[in-house]
Amino acid sequence: MTKSELIEAIAARGELTKARAEMVVNCVFDAMTEALQKGEGIEIRGFGSFTVRPYKPYDGRNPRTGNPVPVPAKRLPFFKVGKELKELVDSSRLHSPPPSSGETGNLSSASTGTDGEG
Amino acid sequence: MTKADIVQAVYARLGGFSKKESADLVDLVFETMKETLGRGEKIKISGFGNFVLRDKRARQGRNPQTGSPITITERRVLNFKASQLLKHALNEGMEGQSGATSSSRATATGTAAGAHGAVAAGSGAANSGGHGPHG
Repeated sequence: MTKSELIEAIAARGELTKARAEMVVNCVFDAMTEALQKGEGIEIRGFGSFTVRPYKPYDGRNPRTGNPVPVPAKRLPFFKVGKELKELVDSSRLHSPPPSSGETGNLSSASTGTDGEG
Repeated sequence: MTKADIVQAVYARLGGFSKKESADLVDLVFETMKETLGRGEKIKISGFGNFVLRDKRARQGRNPQTGSPITITERRVLNFKASQLLKHALNEGMEGQSGATSSSRATATGTAAGAHGAVAAGSGAANSGGHGPHG
């Protein structure tokens, strides 16, 4: 499901115009982005929580050349899945094909290659 | 931030929705996402990130408390991969970071240009990249 498919689903189920549904969906993710920008965590009951983890600067390496490269301090967002969603996702294993076989078509086949280690 | 704060944002920023309607719509967004993931389908939110599912094989692990070996059963897990735009948004204005580099990179990522505009508008820096009204 893409963002535009999510918008269509919200429009249909919420009995809204697509334009209106788009505003709602954008507003939700904008508000979440802003919270994370402030370094604030987000907790959605039954869904999961987002946190921001600060990283100190460190010396990394260019994996291709092996040359050292300085990595500046940065903040990265993390998601921890909630209990309810975690169980829901795991139970989907029993009645749906593995993620790599592609429910939505588009890019899912491209990700198959990276699944090897998984 | 909790769901109540997101409801408040929808209510205050969009207008035309009552508080109850705003709450119902925010619930609907997360409910729809949950149902989609619960069907085994991934979700891609451009400008924010992807919620992807992975099937894990059974493997040997250890009980961290007792150290005794245990088998971790096969399972399907949910991972979130943050979008480059979200990562840039978190690092804007940080010391040693070049804002110009991040915004030109963001607009160069094609489909993400629209989402970038939305994010930038939220932080009061709309169209700073000069390519805002793209999609």
